[in-house]
Amino acid sequence: MSSSVDKELESVVIRFAGDSGDGMQLTGTQFTNAAALFGNDLATFPDFPAEIRAPIGTLAGVSGFQIHFGSTKINTPGDMSDVLVVMNVAALKANLKGLVKGGVIIANSDGFDSKNMRLANVPEDQNPLTDGSLAEYDLKVIDVTKITRAALADSGLGTKEIDRCKNMFVLGLIYWMYHRSMDSSIEFIKSKFKKNEAVMTANLKVLQAGWSYGETTEMFANRYTVAPAKMNAGVYRSIMGNQAAALGLVSASVKSGMPLFYGTYPITPASDILHELSRHKNFNIKTFQAEDEIAAICSSIGASFGGNLAITGSSGPGIALKGEAIGLATMLELPLVIVNVQRAGPSTGLPTKTEQADLMQAYFGRNGECPVVILAAQSPVDCFNMAYEACRIALEHMIPVFFLSDGYIANGSEPWLFPQTKDLQDIKVEFAPERGNNDDKFMPYLRDEKLSRPWALPGTKGLEHRIGGLEKQNVTGNISYDPNNHEQMVLLRQEKVDRVADYIPLQTMDNGPETGDLLILGWGGTYGALKTATAILRGEGLNVSHAHLRYINPFPKNLGEILKGFKTVVVPELNNGQLVKIIRDKYFIDAIPYNKIQGLPFMSTEVVNKIKEILA
Amino acid sequence: METTEKLTSKDFASDQEVRWCPGCGDYSILKQVQTVLPDLGRPKEEFVFISGIGCSSRFPYYMDTFGMHSIHGRATAIATGLKATRPELSVWIITGDGDSMSIGGNHFIHMLRRNPDVNVLLFNNQIYGLTKGQYSPTSEQGKVTKSSPIGSVDYPFNPIALALGADATFVARTLDRDPKHQQAVIKRGYEHKGTSMVEIYQNCNVFNDGAFEVYTEKGSKKENILLMENGKPLIFGANDDKGIMLDGFKPIIVNLADVSANDLWIHDETDLVKATILSRFYDDPTHPDHKPRPFGVFYVNSNKNTFDELFNNQMDAAMAKGLGDLDKLIAGNETWVVN
Ligand SMILES: Cc1ncc(C[n+]2csc(CCOP(=O)(O)OP(=O)(O)O)c2C)c(N)n1
Ligand code: SF4
Ligand SMILES: [Mg+2]
Repeated sequence: MSSSVDKELESVVIRFAGDSGDGMQLTGTQFTNAAALFGNDLATFPDFPAEIRAPIGTLAGVSGFQIHFGSTKINTPGDMSDVLVVMNVAALKANLKGLVKGGVIIANSDGFDSKNMRLANVPEDQNPLTDGSLAEYDLKVIDVTKITRAALADSGLGTKEIDRCKNMFVLGLIYWMYHRSMDSSIEFIKSKFKKNEAVMTANLKVLQAGWSYGETTEMFANRYTVAPAKMNAGVYRSIMGNQAAALGLVSASVKSGMPLFYGTYPITPASDILHELSRHKNFNIKTFQAEDEIAAICSSIGASFGGNLAITGSSGPGIALKGEAIGLATMLELPLVIVNVQRAGPSTGLPTKTEQADLMQAYFGRNGECPVVILAAQSPVDCFNMAYEACRIALEHMIPVFFLSDGYIANGSEPWLFPQTKDLQDIKVEFAPERGNNDDKFMPYLRDEKLSRPWALPGTKGLEHRIGGLEKQNVTGNISYDPNNHEQMVLLRQEKVDRVADYIPLQTMDNGPETGDLLILGWGGTYGALKTATAILRGEGLNVSHAHLRYINPFPKNLGEILKGFKTVVVPELNNGQLVKIIRDKYFIDAIPYNKIQGLPFMSTEVVNKIKEILA
Repeated sequence: METTEKLTSKDFASDQEVRWCPGCGDYSILKQVQTVLPDLGRPKEEFVFISGIGCSSRFPYYMDTFGMHSIHGRATAIATGLKATRPELSVWIITGDGDSMSIGGNHFIHMLRRNPDVNVLLFNNQIYGLTKGQYSPTSEQGKVTKSSPIGSVDYPFNPIALALGADATFVARTLDRDPKHQQAVIKRGYEHKGTSMVEIYQNCNVFNDGAFEVYTEKGSKKENILLMENGKPLIFGANDDKGIMLDGFKPIIVNLADVSANDLWIHDETDLVKATILSRFYDDPTHPDHKPRPFGVFYVNSNKNTFDELFNNQMDAAMAKGLGDLDKLIAGNETWVVN
């Protein structure tokens, strides 16, 4: 029996890392569910290679999953990990720099044999498990492969299948270390392998073996408890950003009573929205996998013309292809939501890595004067809210709306105090009514107080009309080359976007007063890191506030007022300075850019240091 | 339809002034469509014309129906989205040879393989009209245009063969100068369940005048046109004196003085192999041993489900039990309570 001592921790960051075939994503998600069910607050960050099966054992093939869970508010997956689980030497090599000094390493020794050393380009005489280089860490070496094989010796399974259970050993051990119930994973294994009893039994057995290993060996001096977080009361679930976005779209469809049409072409990291939506046909959700992104958006425009809540989704390269059609939708003044789950660019860039470098593309990436509404989600859960908002604005204002997410929040997960659908804001949609022979001629570009035009569906008697990409006369919608009309129409389309500001919430402060020495002004997926950094800075007595933009075009009406209240405004972004240019231009302030362009999210400590440097 | 009066072609003309060049073949196509539509027995508001960009694509502005003049090459994709979600509408695609074969080539073949129940009218003038006369993907090799002053080196596409290769279910060819033939083919295209692809030879009298002269002029047309009619032998010639026979897979021209009409190739619209052979009657009409150019319906396949049917069958099956419970969906499978 182990004589381990229990220790209480406020929060812990664990990183599971192994070969892409080692099942680390599954291990991480399982532990995440258990932590969530236990009542911890948490945030996760999967970090996988672009290749589905990169060469086994190599650095390129390392797949990681980081979870930060705690008894306090958790905003990010954590800058550094406290515990690093590595299935092979490549995983150690790729992740060691992200482990805190003195942190725990749980290493599968079988993954450090000469073959793995060679594949990871580590010289034979420098095995980190034995050469003393890890002296600063709390190293636990376990031959996971050997134990797993021994446990399943009489399972009747082949070696390959047996080895695939290794990750369950790790999971069981971590469950033991953190006093977690294995029930949710036992349930999961039972349902996942219900058609293959032998594999089910094997996984359950190895999971238990991991737990027992902790219990019986003397290897672990400590076990840890992380109490449930004090979170707002209510019913929670865990959710990933792309899933939340999809649910936001479905909710907008149901609440508005409009069938949803999602035209798209697969691309990382946006495809999961398609996968999710395609499973919900019973909510009148229609998905169409087109031949390319141009066809995807065009099919959506056709669906919008026909009276659907039309959505198209992609990532940067696909959005580039959609540019011309976004211009068409702007001219047609039909509702359309364009989802961009941003990834690192340009071109193919780093497909599985995150970035916020498509803001200018959303703002200006079309020919002619072509303004569109732009919203951005700030966290996995917020993807639900902003996807819903994008639909509401598109439908109620007859206008294309960009919804920006990014690879980091799209794949990250967190607990969600999900709303009741009755509490979601109503979405009102009206179609132009039928006209008789004696009615006046239908005017397709007659505008209401929002400057939006009537939605006139094909099939409605008396509304026959033509729309298109050529400039139109206001009100009649007839083609017009009149110089003054063109200018008027350009200004009207701009004014139509600007007026959306009357229908969105005012900007609020996330932390700190509305005036002070320094404002951290962020947008999109950097929210968690900036929030944590602000709390640290304020905790040290610095007069720093944080505001986070989710409505980017138009800005909330009070933004200018807020900016004026600070001596210094810093705009941290995962790009080479995009929002900062717009802020400087629009509000004429000397906002300071702070940029990171590594395909990685901000670490809160980086932000803290940078802000201190600016204040110094 | 509540109006008891039958619609006339005038009812389908919008109040917009038609702006094609005088003498352009597009006028005839507009007229034939406006003539055919009243006979289809559907209310006006059910028709939607979607076009890309080009002279031809101005067409929807002149029709008093629903219409969209979209962007270059993409009408096919827009129409697919509309038809998928509003299958009860009669959706028409107006496109040019540049619009459908060049910039929109990808959407064109993918629409054909999916087979939504829409009607395509491909105005083929073998030139880029709107951009003032560059060679197009259907221009013959060697064509001298503004952008090919010493002749184009590109081989042309054969739109009929391309459509058959993309598994189109209705493939036909007609020409601007034969109103009756055009009307008949357009009507058959409309009646077909699935995508109907009708190529219309259209004279651009400004940039490519006379491109189809041999098929339209009295002196040459009978020698150069092969009018296909289902179940009838393939006969042509100034005095209906020639026919086509098949020698294995090889088509040969025979003199009716030597061969009885009963022994000729009898046109069978449902035969894909024979349609494919006919589609390859595509030689240069100035060569002495060329075959006549076929007009009419090459191929019809009525057995392939339409995209809109399949798409909506899945929807109907999923919706059969009524709209899902959104609160349940949002809650997911695993929740926990914080007190
Ligand atoms: C994206 C884009 N590229 C180029 C053009 C310019 N353009 C307009 S029409 C056209 C060619 C049209 O040819 P076709 O489809 O044969 O139509 P036609 O004018 O002959 O009827 C071109 C190249 C455009 N409008 N949009
Ligand atoms: S340029 Fe040619 S195709 Fe265009 S309208 Fe004139 S004649 Fe017709
Ligand atoms: Mg043309």
